[in-house]
Amino acid sequence: MKKLLTSMSLTGLLIMAIGFTSCKGKLKDADIKTAIEAALKADPMAAGTMVEVKDGVATLTGECKDEMCKNLCAEIAGKVKGVKSVVNNCSVAPPPAAPVINPEDDVLTKALTDALKDHAGMGFAVKEGKIVLTGEIAKAKWAMLKQTLDKLKSKGYDLTGLTIK
Amino acid sequence: MALQDKYQELITAATASAVNNLQVREQDGVLYIDGEAPDGKTKDMLWAVYDKLDPNFLSGDLVMNINVAVSAPVTRAKVTTERSNLNIRKGPGTDQPIVGKAAHHEVVTVVSQSSDLWWLIRTADGEEGYAYAQYLTPES
Repeated sequence: MKKLLTSMSLTGLLIMAIGFTSCKGKLKDADIKTAIEAALKADPMAAGTMVEVKDGVATLTGECKDEMCKNLCAEIAGKVKGVKSVVNNCSVAPPPAAPVINPEDDVLTKALTDALKDHAGMGFAVKEGKIVLTGEIAKAKWAMLKQTLDKLKSKGYDLTGLTIK
Repeated sequence: MALQDKYQELITAATASAVNNLQVREQDGVLYIDGEAPDGKTKDMLWAVYDKLDPNFLSGDLVMNINVAVSAPVTRAKVTTERSNLNIRKGPGTDQPIVGKAAHHEVVTVVSQSSDLWWLIRTADGEEGYAYAQYLTPES
């Protein structure tokens, strides 16, 4: 019995010793990864960034909304214990497209006058930034006219009174 | 987002055909598609897709401003009116006085394309002024 206990405790010691040596050497990549992920998640700006760890080198991927956010992610990851270096492969999202600038009604009316000069029989008006067209027009001419009118960047069209022949 | 769904095929076609600076924005119930097509054929193809998704472009919920990229500035253009002469005006606008006329199918010199709608042109006779760009076709 005593012998058995001794051998058990020895085995236990041995297991512990193995455990300790592996801990002492370096942190496992998977553990580092988990730690980085937790750290990134804690910051709302950095959440959504993905990380892979190999031999202590953390590689960040994903999309950041700006350069500041990208740098922040690298900073967070770099502070995690066991990280030797950080490769920052995060991309920065393109800035959101600028809003469409719609022209004033009188500017639009003048441009419409120009565009519709050669289309006798068509009526037009501008109503709250929208182009209102009435009358009849041949398909081929309308296809050409619409291309020209789309350059005016109106707030859309009211074409309920327009007939395409 | 509903408008982007309606015109998804068009947006996909524009992306696939390498339209430069493609911008798709929705504002106040109107979808705006802007960009620069690599050639006239691509632009025509996109307008054909638009016509298919919204027959005769009658919904009025899409404003598509696709220009054709110019590799070199246009210097010569042909007057492509239906049959009449093209008015040359003092300034960009039909309220501007007519200073000359370019004949149907005459080739003129394009001095400046400062606006999408009005180009500054010069005829062989030396008449210079603004003409409506819709009736001018660039000559290579």
